[in-house]
Amino acid sequence: MNALTLARWQFAITTIYHFIFVPITIGSGFLVAGLQTAWFRTHKDKYLRATKFFGKLFLINFAIGVVTGIVQEFQFGMNWSSYSRFVGDIFGAPLAMEGLLAFFLESTFLGLWIFGWDRLSKKMHLATIWLAATGTLLSAYFILAANAFMQHPVGYVLNKTRGRAELTSIVRVLTQNTAVSAFFHTVPSAFLTAGALFAGIAGWMIWKGRDVEVARPVLKIGLITVLVSFIIVGVSGDYTARIMTKQQPMKMAAAEALYNSKANAPFSLFTVGTLDGSRPVFQIGIPSMLSFMSKGNTSAVVEGVNDLQKQYVAKYGPGNYKPDIPLAYWSFRLMIGFGALATLIALLVLWLTRRGRLPKGRWFGPTMIALPFLPILANSFGWIFTESARQPWVVFGLIKTADGVSPTVNAGSVAFTVVVFTALYGILAVVEFGLFRRAIKVGPEPEGAHEKAEAASTLVMSY
Amino acid sequence: MSLNSFWFVIIAVLWIGYFILEGFDFGVGILLRVVSKNQAERRAVLTTLGPVWDGNEVWLLVAGGATFAAFPEWYATLFGGFYLPLFLILVSLIVRGVAFEYRSKYGKPEWRNRWDWAITVASFIPALLWGVAFANIVRGVPLHTDTHGSIQYAGGFFNLLNPYALVGGLTTLSLFITHGAFFLALKTDGEIRTRSNALASKIGLITAVLAVIFLGWTMIDVTHKTIVVVGSVFVVVTWLAALAFNFKAREGYAFLFSALATAFVVITLFGGLYPHVMPNLNGGAGLDIFNASSTHYTLKVMTVVAVVMTPLVLLYQGWTYWVFRKRIHPNQIHNPESGVLDQIH
Repeated sequence: MNALTLARWQFAITTIYHFIFVPITIGSGFLVAGLQTAWFRTHKDKYLRATKFFGKLFLINFAIGVVTGIVQEFQFGMNWSSYSRFVGDIFGAPLAMEGLLAFFLESTFLGLWIFGWDRLSKKMHLATIWLAATGTLLSAYFILAANAFMQHPVGYVLNKTRGRAELTSIVRVLTQNTAVSAFFHTVPSAFLTAGALFAGIAGWMIWKGRDVEVARPVLKIGLITVLVSFIIVGVSGDYTARIMTKQQPMKMAAAEALYNSKANAPFSLFTVGTLDGSRPVFQIGIPSMLSFMSKGNTSAVVEGVNDLQKQYVAKYGPGNYKPDIPLAYWSFRLMIGFGALATLIALLVLWLTRRGRLPKGRWFGPTMIALPFLPILANSFGWIFTESARQPWVVFGLIKTADGVSPTVNAGSVAFTVVVFTALYGILAVVEFGLFRRAIKVGPEPEGAHEKAEAASTLVMSY
Repeated sequence: MSLNSFWFVIIAVLWIGYFILEGFDFGVGILLRVVSKNQAERRAVLTTLGPVWDGNEVWLLVAGGATFAAFPEWYATLFGGFYLPLFLILVSLIVRGVAFEYRSKYGKPEWRNRWDWAITVASFIPALLWGVAFANIVRGVPLHTDTHGSIQYAGGFFNLLNPYALVGGLTTLSLFITHGAFFLALKTDGEIRTRSNALASKIGLITAVLAVIFLGWTMIDVTHKTIVVVGSVFVVVTWLAALAFNFKAREGYAFLFSALATAFVVITLFGGLYPHVMPNLNGGAGLDIFNASSTHYTLKVMTVVAVVMTPLVLLYQGWTYWVFRKRIHPNQIHNPESGVLDQIH
């Protein structure tokens, strides 16, 4: 285990972990804002109780999302200082903007929302959760634009004397199609996740027969959110795959386990390849489907891994330009599979709960509580795919991951930090999960509790 | 003023904002068990931080992000070089943030006490280490130029814990504790307020002594530029003013002058540092505002963003403090002994 491998594991662990909680935060923020808006408009107590109940879950989750985010910003400099020198002129700007425009907005207004129930007018208080939620969206945009630069560098020029990339167009970096499509793919998947979470918990509550009048509207909202989100995720995913075929053909070839270039390339449903990654051993596929999906034309040639490897050696010099093909192939499919499965379940439950019906079967409660884990897995596999299949590059075509690692941090130090981070994150996950379970068991506060709290001389919210 | 100098100033301003705001968060966290004697008081103390701690922490992210954007060589050398101390700070910030949010979920003493200790320790470590880090930056650390021409940190972990840096760390620790006490004296009512006032007086004197030692050492050993001398004088004057106001129970002014003193500490250190950003203790090539910076174009882009956004941020963050301006009395805490998740509804 050298410093590079350890640093890669640390980045993977901390990022995947961060991105378990962040989509929940992004989606929940808006769903809670929606519930509070429903209360604001209708004055119905069930919406207030739903707001505060799901708001409590949102906050349990938000804390971990925030603190694990600080690590992310620091980790570029700490573990990837050579990468930071190389791309800092370009990459640093969206990160700084994320702080100035997004983090300040979400943190400040969330603080106002949590503690301001009895300090702000109803209208102003409602505005605070909408502003906080908007902050999370802005944050997503900037970091995705930064990541998009890593996938498809644009708006830069190479300064050979200084050995770094230099920004020539911030507009290009912030608006390139890679960034925009990533945003319209990642954010709806966050909504899908939160929708599944809210629906899952609401479904569980209905199954347990408690607080059904609070749970039922949330179930519906959650399930519809899943459906609508999946459509957007699917369309943007298709678009993203097409542009990635142009921008990172090796990544897409690996995703499809397409070893050799061919016209009428089949879409693989299941492929087993040789361990050295040079050819398939066994494959079930839909003929011509991959050519159609990647290029819009069934007879188009889709480039295969082996041909691209030869091309890249000629272009970039000797080396292995093939990512881990089984990892790319399976993570791509699992991302799609888990997302689709969650959506199918949502569709089924919507059907079963039409016109006020309440499912009573023994399968319903456990299925609903398992539901949110599906999009969480989909999110993780999505990022595992897009980052691992870009290897060996950290910025595609410009700088390899191996050349980005910090030279001043030895393997021992990274081993220490990766162990501590993993252990700490593991403990926090267990604590968070325990708090979630308990909060669901506790349930929404009783009717009229909020009014009572506001009338009392004590603070509505304290630490 | 060149854009490079302008961004040096911006980064100093961001660190000033961070130390003034998260400084009192750290102080309150460290004083948590000392200044509160029962659950109602403890929760009142934590509630003073409740609406603001997260927004305060963002100043750190923006300071780091701005350093990355404007001076990527500084960001890389500093963060890659000070790896383990930064890691300790990160772990502390993670634990502290979660602790704030989770601490009152259950009423069980074992649960709460564990998180309260976590808050105190995780406030102590960064309060000390930020001072150590900045003292090392100002004094200079061993650097060397590698084969690519990049200036890399050439020391280890332990030479960061040299006596000068440790004194710097103790100074910021003591400063933040006192600053936190001033904050509590301003934001609470009842016995917490009186205790905080008394603590501020005592620890404030220790801070004054440490500050004089640290700034004096800086002047003798590092640099006696005019700005360092003048800045140090301002630190001492504003600090003594803060202590005087505290003695007269003029808590608003005490906190204000404490914040000013904090600002002057940063101004003094950054003033001494300029135009370097990481001087080389080995005497060789170091990083300065020119060789560490981004291109002129990037600095221009960032300037537009900063100039537009900073006033807006100050406005709405300032508004938060106005919304939550009322003092918090322990008897305002509803059911202080029980946790939020104790009772099934």
